[in-house]
Amino acid sequence: MSSLSLAVRDSNTMLRRNLLHARRYPSLTLNLLLTPVMLLLLFVYIFGNAMSGGAGRSAYIAYLVPGILLMTIGSTVIGTAVSVSTDMSEGIIARFRTMAIHRGSILVGHVIGSVIQSVMSVVLVGAVGVAIGFRSHHATVLDWLAAFGLIVLFALALTWIAVGMGLVSPTAEAASNNAMPLILLPLLSSAFVPLHSMPGWFQPIAHYQPFTPAIETLRGLLLGTHIGNNWWIALAWCLGLTVLGYRWSTSTFNQDPK
Amino acid sequence: MTNPAIAAHALRKSYGDKTVLDGIDITVPEGTIFSLLGPNGAGKTTAVKILSTLISPDGGQARVAGHDLTTDPQAVRATIGVTGQFSAVDGLITGEENMLLMADLHHLPKAEGHRVTTELLERFDLVEAAKKPASTYSGGMKRRLDIAMTLVGDPRIIFLDEPTTGLDPRSRHTMWQIIRELVATGTTVFLTTQYLEEADELADRIAVLNNGKIAAEGTAEELKRLIPGGHVRLRFTDPIAYRSAALALTDITHDDETLSLQIPSDGTQNNLRFILDRLDTAGIEADELTVHTPDLDDVFFALTDGTGTPNQPKEAVR
Repeated sequence: MSSLSLAVRDSNTMLRRNLLHARRYPSLTLNLLLTPVMLLLLFVYIFGNAMSGGAGRSAYIAYLVPGILLMTIGSTVIGTAVSVSTDMSEGIIARFRTMAIHRGSILVGHVIGSVIQSVMSVVLVGAVGVAIGFRSHHATVLDWLAAFGLIVLFALALTWIAVGMGLVSPTAEAASNNAMPLILLPLLSSAFVPLHSMPGWFQPIAHYQPFTPAIETLRGLLLGTHIGNNWWIALAWCLGLTVLGYRWSTSTFNQDPK
Repeated sequence: MTNPAIAAHALRKSYGDKTVLDGIDITVPEGTIFSLLGPNGAGKTTAVKILSTLISPDGGQARVAGHDLTTDPQAVRATIGVTGQFSAVDGLITGEENMLLMADLHHLPKAEGHRVTTELLERFDLVEAAKKPASTYSGGMKRRLDIAMTLVGDPRIIFLDEPTTGLDPRSRHTMWQIIRELVATGTTVFLTTQYLEEADELADRIAVLNNGKIAAEGTAEELKRLIPGGHVRLRFTDPIAYRSAALALTDITHDDETLSLQIPSDGTQNNLRFILDRLDTAGIEADELTVHTPDLDDVFFALTDGTGTPNQPKEAVR
């Protein structure tokens, strides 16, 4: 068997294993969905009046949902870090390492499984958004496709980072703590309030961190707001984090296990 | 002459300043059981990890099934099966799913994978539990599933790292039976254990590993002859018989509390006859006679006496 078809076949096997885990034990994934859903409801129904600055509830829902969707990815990949860390402590990984399989397939299986879970989570949280009144009036089919592509790329980037975090974490608790910034970063982005309402010194930080450009791009695609240079900053972040996370994860994984 | 299944020379491994393997040589002929015997922390697991390509040695060379460990690990992996000390099963999925996962990773055709799975689940008495998550299995069942998974790819060389540690006696005997069957079909088995009894039961050759060095190597018989520590124990209920026996025999150790005597013995027929003759001549009948062959403690202390490094705790890191 050629090495490429071996890689594809083994990755596919590993993916099926991870999806089986996710299907058998959905509670972790579902728990992680609670954070974005609760924040969405909290900000709309409790803080909504103060946050929207009088613009009205439906306008604030429209503003909030794109950020919440990307935050959902950040939340889902915490689960990835935890499950990678748990998995690595299991004897089965040692078994995989002594088998004549494509080594990268173990991580690739985790990554693809996690991206699929992220996308499904985004769809679920999106459905909650629609249920409370989120509507996209302007988006064309092309915009939707681009939005989908952005979500997949963003999920891929955060997943590789989370896999690296899972690999360097000795326990599931440590993995969960290490991955915490992935759900805190959206709070420091334009997800909940516009950048210009933040202190001046903080605005550049909020502007150029990974979440804001992606949120602004998604907002533009779904709501027709101005995207500007955000799309390529978002794309650069996605590619950069993917490459970084991939390198970090594979080099960590290829070291001798403890 | 055929190549040995495993040939290792001067294998070394350290973690930090702690030397775990200090240059060990191992040769295992094809189709035999080789046992690496030693206490916790002796380096057994490290040896298995190196020979099964899980970690790389700091020095030395090894060939497994004729393939070099460092330059061609993938070829080594294709011929070996490993059952580690901590069960290498996926607890979140069922036993059957674990087996099918192995079949997929060995790239067996679907029908073949199902056939092998059914066959092995039956052979290892796991049919009833096949549809339950492996995390719900007992220790013995997990170990059986573990070995069944190892056998999916039909490996020519199998590494078993303490396969019976923590098992109850019945499961242990089942495991021994399984291991014997493996070798009957020509498989080579590399076994580690802390129990001399186990090495004795199973292995063609035994190497005693202590502080990262092979302290002795040979058949079970050869090793036991090296080691003092065997004795005969006589127990009495009658204090008078106990005292006369103590007088009739020499070189004894008393235990007045339990009315028992301990006489050094190599366990041979001649030696036993000598002791019994002495007792007969004196007209004494013991209520119980037991022959103690050296156990791992005896082996360990005898082989490391004076050469062991006293500063290293026994349960040092592996």
